[in-house]
Amino acid sequence: MVKSIIKAVILFALIAATAYIAFNYAPIEKSMGVIQKIFYIHIACAFSAFVAFGTCFYANVRYVFTRQAKADWLGVAAAEVGLMFILVVLITGPIWAHPVWGIWWTWDARLTLTFVLGLLYVSYLLLRSMIEEPDKRALFSALFGIFAFLDVPLVYFSIRWWRTQHPQPVILGGAGSGLEPRMRVAYLLMWGALTGLLILLMNARYKLEALRASVEELRREAEVQ
Amino acid sequence: MGLLSNTAVLLGKELRTEFRSRELLTTTVVFILVVVVLFSFTFDPTSSESRRFGPGLLWLSFLFAASLMLQPCFLREQNNDTLSALRLSVSDPFAIFLAKLVANTVFLLLTEVLMLPIFAVLYNVHILPVLAQLVLVFLLGSLGVAIPGTAFSAISAQARMRELMLPLLLLPLLTPVLIASTESTAGLLDANPELRWAWLGFLAGFDVVFLTALWLFGEYLLEE
Repeated sequence: MVKSIIKAVILFALIAATAYIAFNYAPIEKSMGVIQKIFYIHIACAFSAFVAFGTCFYANVRYVFTRQAKADWLGVAAAEVGLMFILVVLITGPIWAHPVWGIWWTWDARLTLTFVLGLLYVSYLLLRSMIEEPDKRALFSALFGIFAFLDVPLVYFSIRWWRTQHPQPVILGGAGSGLEPRMRVAYLLMWGALTGLLILLMNARYKLEALRASVEELRREAEVQ
Repeated sequence: MGLLSNTAVLLGKELRTEFRSRELLTTTVVFILVVVVLFSFTFDPTSSESRRFGPGLLWLSFLFAASLMLQPCFLREQNNDTLSALRLSVSDPFAIFLAKLVANTVFLLLTEVLMLPIFAVLYNVHILPVLAQLVLVFLLGSLGVAIPGTAFSAISAQARMRELMLPLLLLPLLTPVLIASTESTAGLLDANPELRWAWLGFLAGFDVVFLTALWLFGEYLLEE
């Protein structure tokens, strides 16, 4: 318990330091201005989300072949935290886009893929809430998770091919290309901080799921007696 | 070959069951017809506009119809516990999936081919010169819908609110099929019709990926 609090405090300090550096150390971008700084969060969250979804896939495959409840707990933890990060990406993106592009949203390849990815994991979590029996819930959501993950590269390629055939008038600016050294520091720090946040949140969710499973087992034992 | 002969027998059962009552086919065709008519109110169906929006709305209505049509697939095996009987009757559980997905593909293809002339008449598009190619696109697209659809039918049969869960699980996953099928159909309905082989190849690849996934994980989908 104390260890978790210490970890959380350290992480909070790291994120606060990163925010300070992003605003006071990293320079203001030439063409976009201050709004560019939202990218420090936006891109780091996207990376964390993809790590989370990769972890979910690993957990799903592990559950199907080993049937260890731990794998199921990891799967749901990774999916929920990943979805949270994707939501941050989908919210910070339009906040950036509106002053820069003049529009909140466009259906270009990257945005559409992110949206579809979010939808797939919403479906995964909804499916879990619709199956009551724990073993069945774990197995069938794991199987759906595997199919969904296999679909991701296919979604990516199809949307990209389609979008290159129907070019968009708006082009994503060179954000992140040729990074100024001070910006790179901010990016790396934020990336580290959000990866730490990802691990902390997944750990907490995992422990919550483990606790729920043991409560459920105790309840079943009590009912039998 | 055990797998193929088992599949043939089960496929015969699936087709016979459906063609005895034909209720799934008729309701699906009528549903697509309703959606196509409703879509006509959303844009001006001149010939050029139909070429722009037609393929998309056609495939969208096929996807909606499929997500309704695929529900009874495993749901009716829950009555009288026929799923256990099926599992005991075959040596390879993949035969069950193979039979069901071929049957679903056949049903989907039938409804699509039935809808095609109606769509052509209502929206002023020329389909006769490209009929064979259109059927090829429909075949690959229907396979793309039926393969994950059959798998998710087995999953949603275990869940509550299954009528809503199947479309929720299936439709986001079918994004690549929608894009590839729409592009292929649009190419054929264009003023200068062409068969877009790249998209057809992509559809075929999609079918192979999910057929392989179903082959690897199918037996777990049948667990109770």
